[in-house]
Amino acid sequence: MKRKVALTVNGSRREDEVEPRLLLVHYLRDVAGLTGTHIGCDTSQCGACTVLVDGKAVKSCTLFAVQAQDAEVETIEGLATGDQLHPLQQAFWDNHGLQCGYCTPGFIMAGVYLLSQNPNPTDDEIRKGLEGNLCRCTGYVNIIKSVKDAAQKMGAAKGAGTPVAAGGE
Amino acid sequence: MIPAAFEYERATSVQQASELLQRFGEDAKVLAGGHSLIPLMRLRLSQPSALVDINPIKELDYITVEGGKLRVGALVRHVQLQNSDTVKQNLPILAEVADEVGDNQVRNLGSIGGVMAHADAAGDYPTLALILDAEIVTNKRRHAAKDFFKDIFTTPLEHDELVCEVVFPIANGPHKYIKFRRRLFDWAIVGAAAQKVDGGWRIGLTNVGPTPVRSTAVEQALASGASPADAAEHASDGLNPSADLRASADYKKHLARVLTRRAIEQASA
Repeated sequence: MKRKVALTVNGSRREDEVEPRLLLVHYLRDVAGLTGTHIGCDTSQCGACTVLVDGKAVKSCTLFAVQAQDAEVETIEGLATGDQLHPLQQAFWDNHGLQCGYCTPGFIMAGVYLLSQNPNPTDDEIRKGLEGNLCRCTGYVNIIKSVKDAAQKMGAAKGAGTPVAAGGE
Repeated sequence: MIPAAFEYERATSVQQASELLQRFGEDAKVLAGGHSLIPLMRLRLSQPSALVDINPIKELDYITVEGGKLRVGALVRHVQLQNSDTVKQNLPILAEVADEVGDNQVRNLGSIGGVMAHADAAGDYPTLALILDAEIVTNKRRHAAKDFFKDIFTTPLEHDELVCEVVFPIANGPHKYIKFRRRLFDWAIVGAAAQKVDGGWRIGLTNVGPTPVRSTAVEQALASGASPADAAEHASDGLNPSADLRASADYKKHLARVLTRRAIEQASA
C-alpha cells in the first residue's frame, strides 16, 4: 500500500505517494529525477549514494523514502548556485579529484558534511571523514587534496566575510 | 535489490510502538537506525511483514548519569556516543568504540538499541555490555547483558518487546578496545576489550563465537599477578570460533591472545 511522503529536496517541497519499501536513493533518482546520486553497491558500503538528510550525511540506500518525512534532503544537484560550483565541486575539478566520476557525488556530499563538522580538518581527519566512501579509479590522494583545498578556500571566503555557496553549512 | 513489500507505521511513543508490534504480530520488525536491518532486507535475508519505525520516539533519545549509572536511550546514535562529554567522562571506552563503528554515514543513523537487539556476533557494544554487567531495559523488563546475548542474532526479546535503554556502570579508569579489521569501516575480525573496574580487570572478546565472550581466565590470571603477556595466553582458552571469509578459527584464536595482550598493555600505559 502506498503512503504519502512530504519532504524538501534541495529547497523544494515535494509530496509523493510511495511504497514503504522504496529506498530514498530510488526515490531521489526515479521519482524526483535527480540522478546525480549514484548507486554503486548493494551492501551499504560504497557511499556513492551519500546525501544530506537534515544536514547529516547518510547513505540514501539504507533509508526508506518514508523515513524522510518532513526532512530536508540535499543532493549533489543542490550544491551549485547557477553556474557557480560549490567550493568542493570546484576543488575536485581543480585537483583532479575524480577520474570516472562515479563515486564523486558521494564523496562531495560526505565532504560537505565533514567540513560542516570540522571546517579545518587534517589529512587524517579527512581520511577518517571519508572512510564510508569508496573510489576504484582515481585513488584517494587527489580526493584528500581536493577536500583540503576546499576547506582552505571556504575558510578564506568566510574570513573575508564573503558568503560561501549553498550547502549544508 | 529491492526489499520485499511490508506494511509501515511510525510510532511516536514507546506505548504506541508496543501497540503496533502487538497488532502486527510475530513477523513485524522494529526499524531503528536500520543499518543492519535494511541491508538484510535488501538481500531478502529478512522479509518482515511490517516495520514499526521508532525513529520519531523522542523519549528514547537521551544520555544521562543517574545513581552512579550511565543511562543511554535506545535511539542514541553512534555519533552521539562518540561526541558526548557525558559518555567521555563516565565511560570513555564506549565513546571510543562508537568512534570506530562503521563510518560517518553509518554513525549518523545506527543506534545503540539496534545493535543490542540485532545481536550480531561482531557487534562491539555487546562485548562492553557483557564485561561491564550492563542491563538492557525494554518496555517489559530488565535483562542482564549476560542473559541477553543467547546466540548469534538471538536474544530473549519477544516480538512485541522493544529495547528502550542500556544501563552501564560508570567506569572511567584504564581501558582499551582494539578492533582488528582490514578496512576502517569493517566489522571486527576479532575485537578485544580491557577495562579496569574497582581495581580489577574486565576482559572481553568480540567475534570469536556466536556471542560476545568474557575472558574470566584472563581476568583471574591478572588478579593473581600474572603479566599481561602471560595472562593473555588464556584468552583463547575454551574458544571455538568459526572460520569465515576473513579468518580461520586458528587465526581468530591467535588474534584473541595477541589483541588481549595489547589491550591490557595499552590500557595500562
